[in-house]
Amino acid sequence: MYRETAIVNESEVTGDLVINMGPQHPATHGVLHLVVHINGETIRKVEPHLGYIHRSIEKMSESLSYRQFIYVTSRMDYLSSHINNHACAMCVEKGLQVEVPPRAQYIRVIMDELTRIASHTLWWGAMAMDVGALTPFFLAFREREMINDIMEETCGARLTMNYMVPGGVMYDLHPLFQQRVKEFIKHFRSKIDEYDELVTGNIIFQNRMKGVGILTKEDAVSYGCSGPTARGSGVSCDIRKLYPYEVYDKVQFDEPLETAGDSFARYLVRLQELRQSMSILEQLIDDIPEGDIQAKTKAVLKLPKGEFYTRAETARGELGVYIVSEGGTTPYRIKYRSPGFSNLSALDHMARGGKIGDLVAMMGTLDLVIPDIDR
Amino acid sequence: MAFLKKYFSNIFQAIRSLTTGMRITAGYALRHGKEKITQQYPDNKKTLVLPERFRGEVVLTHDENNEHACTGCTACELACPNGTIKIITKFDVSPEGKKKKALDTFIYHLELCTMCNLCIEACPTNAIRMAQTFEHSVFDRNKLTKKLNNPGSKIREGVE
Amino acid sequence: MPSLEHIANLVHDWLNAQFSPGLALFFEFFIIGVLIIGLFSILGLVLIMMERKVSAWMQLRLGPNRVGPKGMFQTVADTVKLIVKEGMTPDGVDKLLFNLAPFIVMIVAMVIMAPLMFAKNFQIWDINIGVFFITAISSLSVIGILMAGWASNNKYSLLGAMRSGAQIVSYELSAGFALLTIVILTGDLKISAIVNAQSDGWWIFKGHLPVWIAFVIFMIAVTAETNRAPFDMAEAESELTAGFHTEYSGMKFALFFLAEYVNIFVVCALGATLFLGGWQPLHFGTGTGFNRVMDYIPSSIWFAGKTFFLIFVIMWFRWTFPRLRIDQLLNLEWKYLLPISMFNLLLATLITIMGWHF
Repeated sequence: MYRETAIVNESEVTGDLVINMGPQHPATHGVLHLVVHINGETIRKVEPHLGYIHRSIEKMSESLSYRQFIYVTSRMDYLSSHINNHACAMCVEKGLQVEVPPRAQYIRVIMDELTRIASHTLWWGAMAMDVGALTPFFLAFREREMINDIMEETCGARLTMNYMVPGGVMYDLHPLFQQRVKEFIKHFRSKIDEYDELVTGNIIFQNRMKGVGILTKEDAVSYGCSGPTARGSGVSCDIRKLYPYEVYDKVQFDEPLETAGDSFARYLVRLQELRQSMSILEQLIDDIPEGDIQAKTKAVLKLPKGEFYTRAETARGELGVYIVSEGGTTPYRIKYRSPGFSNLSALDHMARGGKIGDLVAMMGTLDLVIPDIDR
Repeated sequence: MAFLKKYFSNIFQAIRSLTTGMRITAGYALRHGKEKITQQYPDNKKTLVLPERFRGEVVLTHDENNEHACTGCTACELACPNGTIKIITKFDVSPEGKKKKALDTFIYHLELCTMCNLCIEACPTNAIRMAQTFEHSVFDRNKLTKKLNNPGSKIREGVE
Repeated sequence: MPSLEHIANLVHDWLNAQFSPGLALFFEFFIIGVLIIGLFSILGLVLIMMERKVSAWMQLRLGPNRVGPKGMFQTVADTVKLIVKEGMTPDGVDKLLFNLAPFIVMIVAMVIMAPLMFAKNFQIWDINIGVFFITAISSLSVIGILMAGWASNNKYSLLGAMRSGAQIVSYELSAGFALLTIVILTGDLKISAIVNAQSDGWWIFKGHLPVWIAFVIFMIAVTAETNRAPFDMAEAESELTAGFHTEYSGMKFALFFLAEYVNIFVVCALGATLFLGGWQPLHFGTGTGFNRVMDYIPSSIWFAGKTFFLIFVIMWFRWTFPRLRIDQLLNLEWKYLLPISMFNLLLATLITIMGWHF
């Protein structure tokens, strides 16, 4: 029957209950708004609504110079702010044809891996909190706090450091840096087994995780998932392996892959990444070469006319930075390919047919950072 | 029989995994106080040591003669992505009658600052630095707009 | 030594000497009412404080330490805050049910106190169907929760209430079967008789295998019945914000909160009575010096000690485990706890008939 009003409330037709999860909800880790259609406890459909924390970072970056726009990207994925800054700095360096001194390269990679560990430990705690275990959150913060202290000592800030500058890093390492990192690795190696005992091995946790939120390899590719989310489905997509930047080609590390594609696989991938990051740190920390920390650059940077694209592996996946330059001091157009946005788009596909509790667990394993999705 | 075996081994494994977790939390509960991740913040204010590089706010350093090193070159103002710094210059007339550009007022908007450190990097004379203060909350927003150069201060001799 | 029994008898005798028996009984009712309400508020304060401290210890924190010495008056301050807060009734709720629900939950928790034996010969009502009375009344609290969830006119509340309904109704069964194990061993439903049967040893020692299994099942089932994590489906903070009490604020919320803790106390007291010998002291063998030292500790302390140990265990669960999903929760009950507890009941019957227990 033809209906004049085109807008039909879908829930009136299907009889589903529509609940708004968010923008203020304990499980959405920020201001993500999910419109969840449920039938009983079973999820029929999930619609993510974005835009609550859109700050137009891309547009803002267009009015800032090539030195200035890097700091804004810390505010996208604030948990891996170093890696965001790194990707932007690399893009500018690509345009300037600047070779980064080896010491700066080592420092950058070490900082990236520290950031990855900090991000993954926070994720681990938040993930456990999503499924209802509150104690792991505090244990995770114990480790994260150590990294934050290391960062604070060297970079001057704990979360949004702005340590990467085009051509290198802002200042040299703190004299105690290497010692602190070694202490941290020693501490973390003794504690990471506790993570397994407390959460991974727990039968309730495994039941909550196994077999829910299944994302097949094909789906992961077609939704453009990257990072641990895709690796949990068996897609090899680690930028550090495939397109090594800085000194990633000099270190030995594995790319953890799981084939199950469920929440538990994604969880395991992230836990293994913690161990891999530690092994990268151990390989690099002792032989940081002496030398300059910054390449010589002009005071006012001007990128030649053209388009530049770099990518980096953040804690959440592939971050792409695309700069269009008209030859001026500010970018003509900047586009960030953020991993969270693509990963979130798979949520509806994964969640259908699951329970409300599963949805929360899935959001946990996707490791969503809302400012990264909205930008 | 195989079903029963699986059923009971499931139960046994479940109980074992649960007791493993409970052992850890009980261990922490028994050792409470020895290791803690929280700080008793306002109480430990006296002993709180912040790293030297900690970015709290921008300050203009003055020496004991109330002299600073700012030439009023506005490099920091240009480097700032947020328009946090505004430098008002004046012209000093030297005894020889030569006019020289100098700092009149260094206005710093703390409410706009993101502590990105770019101004410190840009300063050619190391006149400004980051201070280790961090309790910046005030009741009136106007109090966050600060004048960094002390009244009556002047540029240090020999700084160009 | 003045025991609670002694004091109760003194009051009883004095009242009967002063007034006619009917009036004396009325005054006793009044005193009991005041005492129970007093116990409620103290339990609320102590248990919430305990929960916060236990959680802090497990999470490498210090817990409340500002109000009063070692933060002891933190919960008092919280209560004052909740009392002075506006008791809001949102538009669009079913006003009668919305306001009635917290009281129903509260009154149910209060009524279960009646047959509990707090110390030697110190009991409000030694009803001859004590255990049955407790199981019957405690299943009423689900009505209050369903009422709150339905009347709130909130989708989260409704989901929480429905979950809670399914959960409490199913876990009643295995909790009941676990209690029946002890009833079979004792041969009596009366609480005082059950406690007296344990004078030569607690059931957890005497009854061996079936009682151990029953005890574990009882602890799991009551954790679920009181809506505590890992079975806090009704609240499920990360899923349903606050579940059935999302719309409640001020004192009405506090009543739900208090009822939760009092329920924990009641079920733990029941567990202590049935499995750990109630007020009976710990004895090894007969007539040793150790036993005499144990006898010297007042019976009320024994009872409180056992109860608080069980409360600690339930809190320990909460701060260790993740939450189950609703279907897994029901799976656990219908596929594991219920069959096991039924077989356990048969085993207990066999043991009782053959006299194999100690």
